[in-house]
Amino acid sequence: MPIYQIGPKRLVVGAHYGLKEWIIQRITAIVMVVFTVVLLVDYCITGSATYEGWAGLFSNQFMKLLTLVTFISLFYHAWIGIRDIWMDYIKPVSIRLTLQVFSVLYLVACAAYAVQILWKV
Amino acid sequence: MVDANQEVKSAKPVYRNIGLAQLVKYRLPWAGKVSILHRISGAVLFLMLPFILYIFDQSLASELSYQNFQSITSNVLVKIICLGLIWCFLHHFCAGIRYLLLDLEIGVEKHEANRSAIVVFCIGVALTAVVGLKLFGLY
Repeated sequence: MPIYQIGPKRLVVGAHYGLKEWIIQRITAIVMVVFTVVLLVDYCITGSATYEGWAGLFSNQFMKLLTLVTFISLFYHAWIGIRDIWMDYIKPVSIRLTLQVFSVLYLVACAAYAVQILWKV
Repeated sequence: MVDANQEVKSAKPVYRNIGLAQLVKYRLPWAGKVSILHRISGAVLFLMLPFILYIFDQSLASELSYQNFQSITSNVLVKIICLGLIWCFLHHFCAGIRYLLLDLEIGVEKHEANRSAIVVFCIGVALTAVVGLKLFGLY
């Protein structure tokens, strides 16, 4: 048994570790691409930028949900990316863990703000 | 001839566990430049999320806040910040699509990957220029 094995089953390093994060990062990226295309198509159709048009777009229930799904994808995607940055550059575990915790709290706060924005319209 | 080649090879610096002082002199290939810019642009977007959400909020909340949004974004400094964020988004977007294609094993050959990295960088800058000209009201 390798010495870095923690618990009866879990390996901290090795094959497949991080695969879940890797694939979620790609799926969330595709969601954001779709949302970007939807916004671009809307801009091309309406052509002008007025408050009525902009607020009208987001008052639509389907658009609200799509935007929320995109925001959640964005925050999850950001979490994986930022987690990678902390893991690459911050070696002391105490500092890294603190930064990771603050990153999560920051993103949860951003998600709450996003919900508030969307359901005000 | 063989000796000369060997001399050229040995003159090339080899880095293992590169340090900050060496990092300045180290010339990355295009794929490497696009990669580190992908990371930097992502980190900047992460840090600026509250600002982006605030701008989005102001643009959407009401007719009055929309006017506030317009007055905020008419400030030249804010425009420059927005343009920086737009480049971050566009570069991150284009480089991200390149990674998705690489994951599908499209363009993984060395010269193709180098060329696509250059293309991604140029598209990011060009689209930023297009949006920037619109932002500063040049068309």
